[in-house]
Amino acid sequence: MRALFIMIPFAVGSLAAVAQKIPDPVPANEVFTREEIGRALAAPTPEAGHTAASLANAPADDGQWTMPSKNYASTRFSALTELTPANVRGLVPIFTFSLAVNKGQEAAPIVADNTMYVVTAYPNYVYALDLTKPGAPLKWKFAPGPALASQGLACCDVVNRGGTVSHGKYIFDTLDGQVIALDIHTGKALWRVRLGNINKGETMTMAPLVANGRVYVGNSGGEMGVHGWITALDESSGKLAWKAYDTGPDRDVLIGAEFKPFYPSDRGVDLGVKTWPPQAWQIGGGATWGWITYDPELNAIYQGVGNPGPWNALQRPGDNKWTAGIFARDPASGMALWYYQYNPHDEHDYDGVNEQVLLDMPFGGKMRKVLIHPDRNGFLYVIDRNSGELLSADPFGPVNSAKGVDLKTGRLIVNPAKATKLGEVTRNICPTASGAKDWNPMSFSPQTGLLYIPHENMCMDWMSMQVNYIEGTPYVGAEVHMKPGPGGHRGELTAWDPVRRQPVWAVKENFPLWSATVATAGDLVFYGTMDGWFKAVHARTGELLWRFKVDSGIISQPISYRGPDGHQYIAVLSGVGGWSGAVVSGPVDPRDGSAALGMINVMSDLPKYTTAGGTLYVFSLSH
Amino acid sequence: MCSRYPIELVGLALLLLAGCNKGALPALPAEQPDRQGVIDSALAPGMGHTLVTVDPRAAAYYDNADAVNTGKRLFGQYNCSGCHSNGGGGMGPSLMDGAWIYGGRLEQIHQTLVEGRPNGMPTWGGKIPDQQLWQLSAYVRSMSLPETLAAQNGPTPSQSPAPVPRAADADTGWSAPTDTTNDYGTTTTGPE
Repeated sequence: MRALFIMIPFAVGSLAAVAQKIPDPVPANEVFTREEIGRALAAPTPEAGHTAASLANAPADDGQWTMPSKNYASTRFSALTELTPANVRGLVPIFTFSLAVNKGQEAAPIVADNTMYVVTAYPNYVYALDLTKPGAPLKWKFAPGPALASQGLACCDVVNRGGTVSHGKYIFDTLDGQVIALDIHTGKALWRVRLGNINKGETMTMAPLVANGRVYVGNSGGEMGVHGWITALDESSGKLAWKAYDTGPDRDVLIGAEFKPFYPSDRGVDLGVKTWPPQAWQIGGGATWGWITYDPELNAIYQGVGNPGPWNALQRPGDNKWTAGIFARDPASGMALWYYQYNPHDEHDYDGVNEQVLLDMPFGGKMRKVLIHPDRNGFLYVIDRNSGELLSADPFGPVNSAKGVDLKTGRLIVNPAKATKLGEVTRNICPTASGAKDWNPMSFSPQTGLLYIPHENMCMDWMSMQVNYIEGTPYVGAEVHMKPGPGGHRGELTAWDPVRRQPVWAVKENFPLWSATVATAGDLVFYGTMDGWFKAVHARTGELLWRFKVDSGIISQPISYRGPDGHQYIAVLSGVGGWSGAVVSGPVDPRDGSAALGMINVMSDLPKYTTAGGTLYVFSLSH
Repeated sequence: MCSRYPIELVGLALLLLAGCNKGALPALPAEQPDRQGVIDSALAPGMGHTLVTVDPRAAAYYDNADAVNTGKRLFGQYNCSGCHSNGGGGMGPSLMDGAWIYGGRLEQIHQTLVEGRPNGMPTWGGKIPDQQLWQLSAYVRSMSLPETLAAQNGPTPSQSPAPVPRAADADTGWSAPTDTTNDYGTTTTGPE
């Protein structure tokens, strides 16, 4: 073929990108009330004891913040008391640091030995800052150099949810599927292993759990038809200790004699194969991209499993085990102990990866060891973490996709009116695909006994479509258009009493809350908003006490630590993005409501409120 | 302003340059058979103008309603929509905003599909039949046409793709028809 060259002036303009109108909210009478669908095995018995994490799971606060969830119980509670409702108005920025990456920053800053460690969104820079010196100068920066192409495989922006400091190492993963341990003093890699294969659509975005001499990580890619897994690496060498798939035959899922699920529907041979059409489990998703929790008391890890693929549920009749649920596993061998499925045969992209907070809580007249999990499907699950028995499930956001959870069978009672269909739009499904709450974790204060749940108030229209599996490309098969939930506000911070099974107060937010919360012993709760406000509210009333406008929206995990000077500090990353912020951080056109998996339909006004950024902010009282 | 000059022949290109670039006329490279591939860059060192590649295979896909409609169907079947949605983007960039990182001429879009691109665009050469790659190219090019955007009904664009007019690529300085509601450039206003 011949190529002919001609010359012409080059002047391409871009067409104006006019935001769509934000759709009308779903009417309040289209969702169920808490009274209609909330259920529990027993009436509340708050007099039976004080709710708190055990000392083994949440040791006394040393003023550091070495892992994103603060402790194994994942309370995100700081025992520091210098900041109070009386003085928090005096909070001022002490230093800031540009991350040099304008993508969604979802990580928690980590503080250990008076050094702060931050990992950014792709290209996953790691910074170590010296907190003992004015302005916290850089000690070192590590640039892992992940594959450029991995950017095209991240469903929901090129995010990273943070690293952990353990035994002189900072351990994190990269978008292209590496796990790396850096020497915290030098910033040099002590070991690095590649676990994910981008040509299969695998990426890594989660915060590794480091516990018991092991690093527990899993893959992302539930929208790419990956075969989901979790692995344990030896913390000192990076060598693979075990790997368990989340779908497939029992031997691959690490299901054996120890497996004692509470409900009969989870018992049987090779359910990870039999609950799928032939071979569909091999490309059925079930990624482990969210939170893993370790319980040294019961010697178990708890692993949330993501959504099944494709989103078009008609292509995968069956319960699609072991997706959209939670495994308890033996940390040493990886063998499954029990499993509970939040969303059998998920039809709405309700991943089971949200956090688990491990508490000892009064229930039915006695203290129970529970894990509390706010699911994408809008229910807050209280589960006996010893047995996998469901104690209660109550809606904390707008729900009409289910009519409650059957406490006898443990099974979600799906609302057939909100089933998704092929080529036909099901309207006003609540909650939306990103859930009544996504990955961003809640905190728990043992002083108030309340959970501080940052969440969404959004619904959606959904049409399923036949989709072909092409390795390394999206495997979705759904066209989604999201919309605000009842009331029109898209986000909410709810203080929830898990013992009485009810909200105590709630703060409405214009945009969905995509940041974690941190609770402090001074009765404060900190969180950020997508339009760039970093806020402190009263832990007992929700009253707004302080706020500061940062350079870009906040979708990260704030922390609280004791500085070298003995004073209390609060740190947070700005940098809007993620699934909900793609219209700002990504090359997305607000005129296409189906863009970013339907999120743009409800977020097209975000560019009016914030621009892309990426900055570390550290606050304290002026000393 | 530079607009809507059809360029089928090299001679017409000269006319266009005379009308748009007020400076001296450069020498015309009629053909450069030693040059391989499709040019993406608007910079041509040592030249007084931009070079573009014309691939004769592209011609059949202009003014071709069947090409864009077939391309639309293939766009879903090959999961292009998984990343680029209905033109608005997501995992991959928007295709309806008229901004072309690797060029928006049919030859350039086709080349992008064949070769892939470094930041996450897979390579499809040899995996998807070449005719289909051209049909996909025509649909992708159509997404940002004012005619396609004007046909948008509701929040899902690119459902009624307009054929790509030959004029669209004959002159990259081509502008929107006068009766379009779409404007060049973007303005974002703050909240009310």
